Amino acid sequence: MAEKALASKLRAIVGDRYYREDMEARVAHSYDGTPMLQALPDGVVYPASTAEVAAVMKVLAEHRVPLVSRGSGSNLCGGTVPLEGGIVMVMHRMNRILEVDLENLTATVQPGLITAEFIAHIESLGLFYPPDPSSMRISTIGGNIAECSGGLRGLKYGTTKDYVIGLEAVLASGEIIRTGGKLMKDVAGYDLTKLLVGSEGTLAIITEATLKLVPPPRAKKTMLAMYRDLYGAARTVSRIIEARIIPATLEFMDNPTIRVVDDFAKLGLPLDMEAILLIEQDGDPEAVERDIALIEEICIAERADRVQVAADREEAERLLTARRSAFTALARLRPTTILEDATVPRSKIADMVLRINEIARKYNVTIATFGHAGDGNLHPTATTDARDHDEVHRVEQAFAEIFEASIELGGTITGEHGVGIVKAPYLEWKVGSAGLDMMKGIKQAFDPHRLLNPGKLFAKETRKRVVLQHE
Amino acid sequence: MSSQTFGKPDIEHSNPLARTMLKKLDYDQLTNCMRCGFCLPACPTFRETGVEPESPRGRIALMKAVVDGVMEPDQAFEDQMNHCLGCRACEPVCPADVKYGQLIEQTRDAIEDHAKHGAIVSGTRKLFFRGVFPHQNRMKLLGRSLRLYQKSGLQKVARGTGIMKLFPAHMREMEQILPEAASQGVVERIGERYPAKGQRIATVALFRGCIMDVLFADTNVNTVKLLSEAGFDVVIPKTQGCCGALHAHSGEMDQARELARVNVKAFKDAGVDYIVSNAGGCGALLVEYDHLLHEDESWAEDAAWFAKRVVDISTILVDKGRVPAFAEEAAEGAVPEAVAETGAAATITYQDSCHLRNVMKGSTAPRKLMKSVKGAHFCEMRDSDRCCGSAGIYNVTQPEMAGQILEHKMEHANATEAQYLLTSNPGCLLQMKLGIDKHGRGGDMKAMHIVDYLYERIARPGDEA
Ligand SMILES: Cc1cc2nc3c(=O)[nH]c(=O)nc-3n(C[C@H](O)[C@H](O)[C@H](O)COP(=O)(O)OP(=O)(O)OC[C@H]3O[C@@H](n4cnc5c(N)ncnc54)[C@H](O)[C@@H]3O)c2cc1C
Ligand code: SF4
Ligand code: SF4
Repeated sequence: MAEKALASKLRAIVGDRYYREDMEARVAHSYDGTPMLQALPDGVVYPASTAEVAAVMKVLAEHRVPLVSRGSGSNLCGGTVPLEGGIVMVMHRMNRILEVDLENLTATVQPGLITAEFIAHIESLGLFYPPDPSSMRISTIGGNIAECSGGLRGLKYGTTKDYVIGLEAVLASGEIIRTGGKLMKDVAGYDLTKLLVGSEGTLAIITEATLKLVPPPRAKKTMLAMYRDLYGAARTVSRIIEARIIPATLEFMDNPTIRVVDDFAKLGLPLDMEAILLIEQDGDPEAVERDIALIEEICIAERADRVQVAADREEAERLLTARRSAFTALARLRPTTILEDATVPRSKIADMVLRINEIARKYNVTIATFGHAGDGNLHPTATTDARDHDEVHRVEQAFAEIFEASIELGGTITGEHGVGIVKAPYLEWKVGSAGLDMMKGIKQAFDPHRLLNPGKLFAKETRKRVVLQHE
Repeated sequence: MSSQTFGKPDIEHSNPLARTMLKKLDYDQLTNCMRCGFCLPACPTFRETGVEPESPRGRIALMKAVVDGVMEPDQAFEDQMNHCLGCRACEPVCPADVKYGQLIEQTRDAIEDHAKHGAIVSGTRKLFFRGVFPHQNRMKLLGRSLRLYQKSGLQKVARGTGIMKLFPAHMREMEQILPEAASQGVVERIGERYPAKGQRIATVALFRGCIMDVLFADTNVNTVKLLSEAGFDVVIPKTQGCCGALHAHSGEMDQARELARVNVKAFKDAGVDYIVSNAGGCGALLVEYDHLLHEDESWAEDAAWFAKRVVDISTILVDKGRVPAFAEEAAEGAVPEAVAETGAAATITYQDSCHLRNVMKGSTAPRKLMKSVKGAHFCEMRDSDRCCGSAGIYNVTQPEMAGQILEHKMEHANATEAQYLLTSNPGCLLQMKLGIDKHGRGGDMKAMHIVDYLYERIARPGDEA
């Protein structure tokens, strides 16, 4: 529990109701969406304004007590687990849309706003905010920014970083900074906005964000292509891009995923297929028609067994449901579901899927793979049981090897879920030791006393590379 | 793939409640929660407060922390468990299919084992849970005294003298909206059998419920007649009793199981094709009798027989019956003034019964029926799928949260400008009446059970009853 003096100062800032250190509050903020991680904070604070955030941070800096900022705790990298205790700061009360500027097409919001609620409001105004993480019904804009979240529309529209143009943030010292603004162009010094996007709560606490909005597409069409041959599916992905078509969505499911999805959602998917691609294009009606026809041709040329274009929105929704229920279906197989997100150049998708399958076999674990094929972002997902220590150990070994394979193919250890605790031991594999030192230098400049989300991003030790055994 | 299963943690709890929870909670279900948070937006208490402990994920984490010995269950823990509405909106949205309803029941059962209720509370609990609900005849007696109280003018006197002011505000409010109790239940009024109109489709049994048969006996009668219109022979086994839902939700599991055995026997003996419920709260426990009695070998098979046959009135009408034609202007005097004056359609809206929706999966049939009423316009209210705050006796035990939820509910209900606010459960119906009383937009909205609404609108020439 936090020291008495500290607690009373925090209470004086936010009021008695909004600082808690009872067991109920501590337990309920000891975890996030990541399996198998848990650590108790000493207290939980719910600020209502930037001024309160700054005042809280000043007190914590004075007492040298660490702080973890938290949206909805839906992240999958252990990002909000308070490894070193301290205070968890929940942003939910700061959840307002401050302004929608229809002349500049920007919105200014507070970090605790739920992403789906923001999107609904923006769409009601006839505008479009493309980042759509599958968790958008729960996750917050602040969490999205801190993790640089992506979604099904990432291929064509980019991810959160492409839409954040200005930020207000509180530093570890309690100072408030503002970066960027309602500007489409801004080269005044280092781009601190981009640096804070994806910084996982380790550099500053985001208290306000200005986001770019775009006009919505006028039409949309969805199709499903099914393959007996994995390479056919993978080649289709490359060929579509080669043909200079950028679909809005280009998703992939492998055979084990198809099987569980169909078993649960009863969609009548063909179980003998090696892979399914779910493709959606949007834009002007004529362009959409033309692109979809071309994509269909490419699918058939790459020996798709069956191609099915949705007749209407309802059918399209059914197809999208198939993809969205992948995670749902897998989660029901075994108690513990470990969803990873290795990313490779999109031309290497098929190689990567084969490597994943080989590695799963080698360690005798169950891994199904689905993901954003168009981005090269795959979600190999292990279904296991946290209580079976032996199996979990094998899963960990398998994932280490999967990350290794990913980097070997020119990819990365995480495409959208962030480093947090889970990937920290592998960060150096991706960025190299000089890169890691550079990042540590940046951290030092922002947060010299390691108060903001300590223990994340930088591991005490880098994992040794696994020696790959090629047959 | 390893198929080994892993049991509960091997610890000796010094806290007695923790020890009981370790024994009673399904550890697999606790482990199945992967803490993804998908259930958060579905949970009314989380929506009202926005804090993690008031969410399903938070509550499961608290339960697990107790079982794992991370925390001692204190008063705050018990309060948090009691704050849960038990509406189970968290279950259908959960990707991992965590059986939250079972976890909260097991937790409350454990809490109840250790509860040190004050003399009045435990006296009242005993009276109601053991003394009244299980006994149909005593329910009747209670009904008759309530009726006597209402009829004799005592009610007026009580209201007039301000005696009611001595009761907490929410009890007073409830007293105001209680319908007139019936001295005669459905069997006393129409007997134990009622034949199908026309070709018989199947033989069904009515689960009459205890509160339903006292406060809403008309609805029970209308349910039987509606079933008959749709082609079903209806039997009403006299030996049936209370479903046990209130007991189960309050942690009185042994009582609930005893009641379940009585009902399983009563309906098994009746040998029917379906068992029809017209109260979502009861139905949801009835369809889970197999789970309730699964540890009792001698009953497991019959309980499964029973659970398989339970179906909500709307669902059986739509799925199996010959749905009669309904029309807003069919029954004499049923035409609302608005329709008569303007010729415009009457508007109906609907509040889902959480248990009907989330446990019995019966949300489409009522809507189909309402949309089939000629001359009426069905307007879906925002968040109709979200709990109204009634939740068994929640509105009595947690008046503050229930009141807050109700106020928001009524904002949405009022926005539909409906003349009829229909429900499928007595608790919700009372709560909606209370809502209209407290937050209605004045005058012309009426809360009704969907059965009563539909029965009044069957197009039938010269009905006898
Ligand atoms: C089922 C499921 C599906 C998912 N799908 C996707 C997906 O499609 N794409 C994707 O990219 N991710 C996905 N995620 C991961 C997760 O939802 C995202 O990372 C999301 O952005 C986290 O938001 P949150 O509000 O829950 O943040 P939290 O989990 O609470 O926090 C995440 C990180 O942000 C930091 N943070 C939070 N608020 C602030 C703030 N105001 N200032 C500074 N730092 C802050 C925290 O310290 C932490 O490091 C999914 C997760 C789940 C459980
Ligand atoms: S949705 Fe299910 S698995 Fe996810 S946090 Fe809620 S109960 Fe747990
Ligand atoms: S049962 Fe209802 S109130 Fe209780 S946790 Fe689930 S959704 Fe929330």
